[in-house]
Amino acid sequence: MIRKNALAAVALGATLAVGLSACGGGGPAKGKGPGGGQGQGAGFNAADKDWVNRSDKKGGTLKLVSSQDWDSPDPQNTYYAWSVNFARVYGRQLTTFKSAPGTAGLEVVPDLAESLGEVSPDGKTITYRLKPGLKFDDGSPITSKDVKYGIARMFDRQVLPNGPDYFVLFIDNGGKKFEGPYKDKELKNLTGIQTPDDRTIVFKLTQAFPDFDYLATFPQTTPVPQAKDTGAKYLEKIVASGPYKIDSYQPGKGMQLSRNPHWDPASDPNRKQLVDKIEVQVGLNQDDIDNRLLSGAAHIDVRAVGVGPAAQAKILANPQLKANADSTFTGRLWYFTLNEKIAPFDNIECRKAVQYATDKVALQTAFGGPIAGGDVATTMLPPSVAGYQKFDLYPTPGHKGDLAKAKQHLTACGQPNGFTTKISARADRPTEMRAAEALQQSLQKIGIQTSIKSFPSDRYFTNFAGSPAYVKKEKIGISFHGWHADWPTGFGFLQQLVDGRTIKAQGNTNVQETDDPKINALFDQVTKTKDTTAREKIYGQIDRLQMERASTVPYQYSKGLFYRNPQVANVYFNYAYGEYDYANLSLR
Amino acid sequence: MVAYIVRRVIGAVLLLAITTMVTFGIFFLVPRLAGQTTDQIAAQYVGRDPSPEEITLTKRRLGLDDPLVVQYGRFVKGLVAGTDYSYGPNTEFCPPPCFGYSFKYQRAVWPDLVDRFPVTLSLAVGAAAIWLVAGVAIGVLSALRKGTVFDRAAMITALAGVSLPIFFTGLLTLAFIRPEGVVFVPFTENPPAWAGNLLLPWVTLAFLFAAGYARLTRATMLETVGEDYIRTARAKGLPERTVIGKHALRATMTPTLTMFGLDLGLLLGGAVLTESTYSLPGLGKYAVDAIRQNDLPQILGVTTLAAFFIVVANLVVDLLYAVVDPRVRLG
Amino acid sequence: MTVEITRPDAPDAFVAVRDLRVHFPTEDGLVRSVDGLSFRLDRGRTLGIVGESGSGKSVTSLAVLGLHNRRTARISGEIWLDGEELVAAPPERVRALRGKKMAMIFQDPLSSMHPYYTVGAQIVEAYRIHNDVSRKVARKHAIEMLGRVGIPQPARRVDDYPHQFSGGMRQRAMIAMALSCDPELLIADEPTTALDVTVQAQILDLIRDLQRDFDTAVIVITHDLGVVAELADDVLVMYAGRAVEYGGADDLFERPEHPYAWGLLGSMPRLDREPAERLLPIRGTPPSLINVPPGCAFHPRCAYCELTGGLSTTEVPPLTETAGGHLVACHLAPEKRREIWENDVRPTLESR
Repeated sequence: MIRKNALAAVALGATLAVGLSACGGGGPAKGKGPGGGQGQGAGFNAADKDWVNRSDKKGGTLKLVSSQDWDSPDPQNTYYAWSVNFARVYGRQLTTFKSAPGTAGLEVVPDLAESLGEVSPDGKTITYRLKPGLKFDDGSPITSKDVKYGIARMFDRQVLPNGPDYFVLFIDNGGKKFEGPYKDKELKNLTGIQTPDDRTIVFKLTQAFPDFDYLATFPQTTPVPQAKDTGAKYLEKIVASGPYKIDSYQPGKGMQLSRNPHWDPASDPNRKQLVDKIEVQVGLNQDDIDNRLLSGAAHIDVRAVGVGPAAQAKILANPQLKANADSTFTGRLWYFTLNEKIAPFDNIECRKAVQYATDKVALQTAFGGPIAGGDVATTMLPPSVAGYQKFDLYPTPGHKGDLAKAKQHLTACGQPNGFTTKISARADRPTEMRAAEALQQSLQKIGIQTSIKSFPSDRYFTNFAGSPAYVKKEKIGISFHGWHADWPTGFGFLQQLVDGRTIKAQGNTNVQETDDPKINALFDQVTKTKDTTAREKIYGQIDRLQMERASTVPYQYSKGLFYRNPQVANVYFNYAYGEYDYANLSLR
Repeated sequence: MVAYIVRRVIGAVLLLAITTMVTFGIFFLVPRLAGQTTDQIAAQYVGRDPSPEEITLTKRRLGLDDPLVVQYGRFVKGLVAGTDYSYGPNTEFCPPPCFGYSFKYQRAVWPDLVDRFPVTLSLAVGAAAIWLVAGVAIGVLSALRKGTVFDRAAMITALAGVSLPIFFTGLLTLAFIRPEGVVFVPFTENPPAWAGNLLLPWVTLAFLFAAGYARLTRATMLETVGEDYIRTARAKGLPERTVIGKHALRATMTPTLTMFGLDLGLLLGGAVLTESTYSLPGLGKYAVDAIRQNDLPQILGVTTLAAFFIVVANLVVDLLYAVVDPRVRLG
Repeated sequence: MTVEITRPDAPDAFVAVRDLRVHFPTEDGLVRSVDGLSFRLDRGRTLGIVGESGSGKSVTSLAVLGLHNRRTARISGEIWLDGEELVAAPPERVRALRGKKMAMIFQDPLSSMHPYYTVGAQIVEAYRIHNDVSRKVARKHAIEMLGRVGIPQPARRVDDYPHQFSGGMRQRAMIAMALSCDPELLIADEPTTALDVTVQAQILDLIRDLQRDFDTAVIVITHDLGVVAELADDVLVMYAGRAVEYGGADDLFERPEHPYAWGLLGSMPRLDREPAERLLPIRGTPPSLINVPPGCAFHPRCAYCELTGGLSTTEVPPLTETAGGHLVACHLAPEKRREIWENDVRPTLESR
């Protein structure tokens, strides 16, 4: 999912942090609002381990804030991670993630559907049956046709271009082209989705796809009644199926929601409807957001990039504030690639030399240290993704690099005195640029001379690091990279990064150009494996194989420092989104 | 006079046309000259990892493959005659002035601008009132007490005012005075809440501007009190209050008014830093977001509107100048 | 006509200035703009004060009106106006007299009138400060005054701005403004300098006529002896903040005794002749008012300096009476001065 990272916090924030700590002496925030810093916090990282303030108390207005507007609140036209999470407040999907903290939250459970998808023997047909008695916010029944229509909408990529295109790619319409419900009002060509009755929906896929239940968690499976669809203007009047309905959405300003009287809690164990109203204010300055969270004027930052540097300093210096904060995994991995097609990295020994030479602590420091940055990484799968296995093929003392070993491999590579290469990184990400400089210094110690080439992040993958031709022409041996999967499985995370068949001329994310028959075969095996545990085991194998190739150097499992105002009840950190679960929040 | 206004209005329209052309050029021509293809431009307005087909569709939706002249012509046509826009099941007519539809969000730009304007207007007018009164008062007092402790303190404060960036003063005030932040409440809904919320942004913004006005007023006042006609006013036996408050101030206000008109015009196009710092959804914030998203219709809309305010402010200042200073003849 | 000069400190005079000193402390030192000046003036009479720029003429007139900034100027001595002392009087009292009992006409009528107000409005304002009348009455008065000073169609011109008037008209308007409250003392500071020659004569005529009508005491400040010759009954010649010669106009023009006065006469342009080059130029430049030359301030420029036996460089010459009411401050013996004038200076002046 599209995540703007917290790195956008610029020097200004850092300056202010210095100013604030100098003036404020790190004292507690002057709490004006109720619960502004005075409430007894549940403890540091409490919401990472368990529900905080579990409660059945009803009432109140939940105040949410974000520095960013929605890409669109239209469930079929959104891709932002926080928006995908929040879409569950006013919409329901075929499946969703279990409301549970830690890795338990990675489990997919039925939502509108009675059970997870029923897969045909060849894996290409998947059937869901809807729960009985489901209703939209106007009281009309939700049928399988509404789910189908919702998915049909996103086939018109001209009208709704933002959402992920997995359904467009995987639905098998028998070779016919379905151009969306605005050109094909009867959905004649959408033969790949069938609704034999009002409660059954059948998907026909072009290939077996074991993670389909994960795709079904996307807001793209939110039901939309065809009669109420206004295309690009649907976001102005969205028909709700979740516990809340949208009273108003003002672009650039925010959204007001109130209880949906037709939502039935009995059919939905994964959401709550406790507060009377939810207000989301968007487009706020991050420092402003942090002040509001600390003062109690706002409850949760839904964009979930973590608090800014100023608030970070304040929170970490004050045990009372710290007790309301969580420093936890966002699901993102920071790593860099060693291109297997570019000399001398075409020699695995040279790649291993870099594995050993890298001072990962220096790179971590460049990202802000363990709390704001994250934990040192040694695998491609982060701990918050299903299939993660802990191992370290290139251990060095304290992760600070082992120059002697690096030298050995350098010699084995035939480059005992080092060599020269180029590093690419994203210019508008100050932390990544600092990390590139730290790497430059690490490599210099074993004689590898590097020059850093920086590119704008919006075209980094389309034109530069993600263009194999460009990389070869410019002989860029090392490229900085970061990844966050659309859904939290090893398949969702790794396939675009290490499956040799995903290498493409533009927008290539397999930057190091790994094309290993063993790895490719394992991905094929995954699609045939129905047992979740068995699949997760394969993900671990793929991870290990890739690390053996030594062409990717993971250095950090990204973490953020998140603040939950102590007034908030029923709050926990959901790993599937790398965010608090917005569909359960309420007030104490 | 009428001929003069007509001529100025024509000039203003031309200037606005040039503004839109330049904005258009910066947005489309420069990336192209830098070697970006229309595919790459279109890729910005689709979700992540767009397929070639999606890019083609987006190009078609935005008309990116047409010659630039045609694209510009389409913009101008929408502006003066309105345009039709298909949003899926139906097509709607976007009445003039139609600044088109956001590339990214596919919604009409003009209603958004209209929606944002009250925020910027409230911010600008309130701040302007404060800085004008405070700046002129401090400037006059400073000039009359030239060299005293008051004068020095005022001028040092003024220097601080122009030197401290608004995101610094703004964030400090937010952190220490109003951690709960400010919310824009329309004046028509609740005037006290409107003023109460905006007071902090007003003062912060006014602090930045008042400095300039204090220094300008002080300088012109010092120059004016040395004028012969001020001596004449005293020789007539006018009380000092009248000499300063009427004769000297009247002359001092002329350059001040000019600056004020232009500043206000500039600000009506959006107080970018103030709005961003205080999270106020005005035109300035809109402009920042539009530029961040590279959303051409939004950028064109907000720059054209801002240019419009500046042009109008210029015109008003010139007309006003003729009223204030009888020696000025428009022609 | 016979000139009767009473002693400057005579108590019965309408205007009496005694030992006036106006000093300005500056970073470079004390500027002694006026340093011990005395004179007197009766109603209906005109005093001309002449001297080069920087001699203290204008400073004197501003001191009489109380227009110096008390923070920057040190003023001592006495200024009596109709039996009332002004130097020690409260500023508010002096202000009440300004414009009413004493008024002033300035050198440059364009810069001296406010550019943003109409001529009428400025006269109305002057009138209404001192007279409790309605705007309408004041306006009528202003039109009347404009007519009186010879502005054609005053009812129409009253609403014009200063820049719409010609130079001479502007000065007439200034005079109308100054006279709007029937002042008993009128100070005209270089009233004709900025005007061309024909207009100069008209303005001088106007001042003379008005003086006769109102029985006003007039002080004319000028560097132009021609103006003094036209208007003045008495003449005060100033140099470096002091009076060097003071007497009736006849005394000064017929029997000047101070070498500086000779120099001024030599540089006097005459209305009846083409402007010629100065026949008797005054050598050198006016003195610094911070470091006034010791002794007679004029001595560095004086052609007859050696004739004083060194006295001129050591002692300040007192202003002493040389004949009935004619006062001169010079170390030369009176006989010597008359001799030089008759044999040396006068023939040169008349021969040009």
